[in-house]
Amino acid sequence: MAAFWNSFDSEISGCDCLGDSHLRQAPGDSIASVPYISVTMAAKKENSDDEVDEKVKKYLRGEAANLEGVKDKKLKGQLAVREDLYGKSAKTAAKIEKWLLPSEGGYLEAEGIEKTWRIKQESIAREVDILSSRNQYDIVLPELGPYTLDFTSNGRYMAAAGRKGHLAIVDMKTLNLIKEIQVRETVRDVAYLHNELFFAAAQKKYPYIYNREGTELHCLKEHGPVLRLQFLKNHFLLASINKFGQLRYQDVTMGEMIGNFRTGLGRTDVMQVNPFNGVVALGHSSGTVTMWKPTSSVPLVKMLCHPGPVSSLAFHPNGHLMATSGRENKIKIWDLRKFEVIQTLPCHAKTLNFSQKGLLAAGTGSFIQILADFSGSQNYSSYMTHSMAKGYQVGKVLFRPYEDILGIGHSMGWSSILIPGSGEPNFDSWVANPFETSKQRREKEVHSLLDKLPPETIMLDPTKVGTVRVPQKKEKPTKKDVEAEMEAAIETAKDTEFKKKTKGRNKPSKRAKKRREMIDKAKRPFLEQQTQEHETSRKKQKTNPETEMPKSLQRFVRQKAT
Amino acid sequence: MKVKVISRSTGEFTRERSQDLQRVFRNFDPTLRSQEKAVEYVRALNAAKLDKIFARPFIGAMDGHRDSIKCMAKNPNYLKAIFSGSDDGDIRLWDMASRRTVCQFPGHQGAVQGLTVSTDGSILVSCGSDCTVRLWNVSDANVADSDYLSDNSAKPQAVYVWKNAFRAVDHQWDGDLFATAGAQVDVWNHNRSQPVNTFDWGSDTTISIRFNPGEPNILATSANDRSITLYDLRMSSPARKVIMRTKTNSIAWNPMEPMNFTAANEDCNCYSYDARKLEEAKCVHKDHVSAVMDIDFSPTGREFVTGSYDRTVRIFQYNGGHSREIYHTKRMQRVFCVKYSCDASYVISGSDDTNLRLWKAKASEQLGVVLPRERKKHEYLEAVKNRYKHLPEVKRIVRHRHLPKPVYKAANLRRTMIEAERRKEQRRKAHSAPGSIMTEPVQISLKSVYEMRLRRHAKFSNVPLPPNKQDNYQYYIKLKLGTVPACNLHLYVQNHQPQPALNRKHEISPASVK
Repeated sequence: MAAFWNSFDSEISGCDCLGDSHLRQAPGDSIASVPYISVTMAAKKENSDDEVDEKVKKYLRGEAANLEGVKDKKLKGQLAVREDLYGKSAKTAAKIEKWLLPSEGGYLEAEGIEKTWRIKQESIAREVDILSSRNQYDIVLPELGPYTLDFTSNGRYMAAAGRKGHLAIVDMKTLNLIKEIQVRETVRDVAYLHNELFFAAAQKKYPYIYNREGTELHCLKEHGPVLRLQFLKNHFLLASINKFGQLRYQDVTMGEMIGNFRTGLGRTDVMQVNPFNGVVALGHSSGTVTMWKPTSSVPLVKMLCHPGPVSSLAFHPNGHLMATSGRENKIKIWDLRKFEVIQTLPCHAKTLNFSQKGLLAAGTGSFIQILADFSGSQNYSSYMTHSMAKGYQVGKVLFRPYEDILGIGHSMGWSSILIPGSGEPNFDSWVANPFETSKQRREKEVHSLLDKLPPETIMLDPTKVGTVRVPQKKEKPTKKDVEAEMEAAIETAKDTEFKKKTKGRNKPSKRAKKRREMIDKAKRPFLEQQTQEHETSRKKQKTNPETEMPKSLQRFVRQKAT
Repeated sequence: MKVKVISRSTGEFTRERSQDLQRVFRNFDPTLRSQEKAVEYVRALNAAKLDKIFARPFIGAMDGHRDSIKCMAKNPNYLKAIFSGSDDGDIRLWDMASRRTVCQFPGHQGAVQGLTVSTDGSILVSCGSDCTVRLWNVSDANVADSDYLSDNSAKPQAVYVWKNAFRAVDHQWDGDLFATAGAQVDVWNHNRSQPVNTFDWGSDTTISIRFNPGEPNILATSANDRSITLYDLRMSSPARKVIMRTKTNSIAWNPMEPMNFTAANEDCNCYSYDARKLEEAKCVHKDHVSAVMDIDFSPTGREFVTGSYDRTVRIFQYNGGHSREIYHTKRMQRVFCVKYSCDASYVISGSDDTNLRLWKAKASEQLGVVLPRERKKHEYLEAVKNRYKHLPEVKRIVRHRHLPKPVYKAANLRRTMIEAERRKEQRRKAHSAPGSIMTEPVQISLKSVYEMRLRRHAKFSNVPLPPNKQDNYQYYIKLKLGTVPACNLHLYVQNHQPQPALNRKHEISPASVK
């Protein structure tokens, strides 16, 4: 049985290569200059084979289980069949990709001596279609800024919150303002809940939940003066960090408070949820980044990332990369599987965000830089830049899901620019549908509530769910523990009440004798165990040096002082 | 500069007219769905809970008999018909869809003990304690008759009176022979008023009989002397015999693996055997707390249903040590007969309280027409549940069954007793000389048959028995053949099984002993 579990374990936990899709080589640039057609064809075929392999790898979700250790033949057969099935389904999924995923992603390629990071938004606007060029705009609202933003998971709606109490909901498809309210107090952050009907705003004293019409639904008093809000959409948890450095989790379906933890590392407004596993990361002024789950009061991970305060952090959607920026003008990119720095970039960032395709946006002052790794070696380099009007202070950059658009919240309102190649071109209607009708939304809400995950499923490696923990070695009780146990046993033996016996058997001497016997009986197992252990240890000592020597030489072995 | 950005026009991604279906786009990229495994686990858990909620296995009772129901027979030709015979001599044909009596077959004096239908479904054979075998013509007209109100009663096509009371009857597959069990095993032809062949091995009453579905000439019987015997109609004598510790009430052949059969035993267990290797049971199916009275295989061969004296019906996997399902109601009394329906989706039980009960074979299965999307969803949930069935929470929910209090208590008691026995055995072994205590298998195998014969032989011929029990077998063989190397014993048993040496009539004479 143990072998079975081990194999199962390896099958399930071997999913480390899940996120390696970003290692994929950029296709189709090596063959363009080959003059011979036949060679080109062969190269093309080889290249396409490689591509298919990469795709299959993506769908395999890890390596196959090693079945060699499985002793049960029947189980081995069953598992082999299962593995075969997984392989087949991954292959099929890779094969049908070209029909299922018809849309190609965006791109920006420089020609000649052009450099992609010198291309301005205006020149992009001239090249793209009207529909896309409508997505470049600046909304100037100088009185109520700085603004912060949040998108729904399908990217259709945006909530914008101005520091001075301005809350707005915008339909990004039609660019219609759906609702706008003024709450007349400081608003520090805004976060959408599971769909566009509800959003939470962190206000001066408490966070509040509003609906789409701007009606206040809940005041979450327990959270206190919240600085950052994040919503975990698989778990329906609203996570908040307040001025006193307290991290709180609240279940928004039942209203139950799931976790309330003092970070003990001071005030911070750097908080980000890892979308891959639901772990909340906090960046602190001491330069540490801590990662939390709602079921433990101590952080899962505490890592020193920067010598100075952490100014922002972001997670790659595949969960294996984290970008942090410190006040010492460094952006660091971390591999979360090894907790190692992959790359250190010398630039400052007040805000960071990863796009669905893995582009990293960094905003500071009125300047925004987009970093990308097209080489596949996780080597991020400058891809695009964007400068806003002088004096604008960028507060938040956020890629819009399923679009090549970057939303920017700044001190004078909010803006939107085009970043080709940032968004996932093909959406899944059952995961997030930008063209969702209200009926579909209602159905999805029911389904997502049925699939709501319990808070215990938040862990660093989410593929560990459903595996069996390998039993730990039983620790030997210490001498003190054994003694304490014996004492307790003696005490209980002493305290036992005797039944009133018939005349003659109830004499004090008899009772005392009985009690002594009972105490001895209680002691006996402990003493026996002690002597047994003593003997075994003595035997060990005895056998060790002597067995190595021939018998005639054993008398020369020096006796150790015991 | 070459540039392209994602640009979706609304028209391409939404339906054109309001009558159209909504357009669906799929992307199976694992990064779009985070925490897939956790979601799957939650779905498995919910599916297990929903299964519990929808578990309503009891469909209805069929009321009409005036005494306890002793036997049932399926009509292989007609899905919704079932015959039942009761202790007062009444035989009824039921329509399971409407749960009403279609036809009655009066005539038996005393209990009807066995019912069977020919493979083409045209002839019903019944036998009873009144020493008669009756053949009834079951025409399609009275099976499919919708006129329930008229009191349909049939007349027997033939009545054969024989010497002693019958206990069971079974019809050959694809043939016109049937066999009755009683004081001996009789093989009958439809057209002859006397048995065409008679078998006998041992003096006790044979209580159940079942033809092999794959090999029509082989039949298995169980008798009151705790034995299970296999017969081959092509030979003049019985083929093999196993003697168990307690008697076997009923036998069922696996229709998909016809070399295997399962025996319902008095000691609360069922034993699956390979008919070619009777040395040991392939699987022991435990869970009942009282004698198992009847057993029937599903036509798929993957499951069988048992009815027990503890007032419950259980469904087992063909290779599962414990039951998959337990069915009980407050009113159901001792279950004497059970049948799996011919489409493997229903179970029928007949019990002491004069009712037949109709159950679903899968307690939470949805009846009626299932839409393709529904079916897919069911399949998905089944697969997910199967994937996470080992996890403690899912396992707990899937395994849990509400038991009636007496059964629960009896099961606890039984467990305690077995555990105590095992402990005692262990201690005895630990305190004896190594090798002096042999653990015996649950059933006494062929070897013991020899031993028994040897004892009898010794008794009659005054030959001293060897002191060690272990030597008996070899000694017996030596007795038989002079010198047989020990390693060939197995072969010997296999090859010489049907020879008269095994038969009681041809006991070894003392003269042959050297």
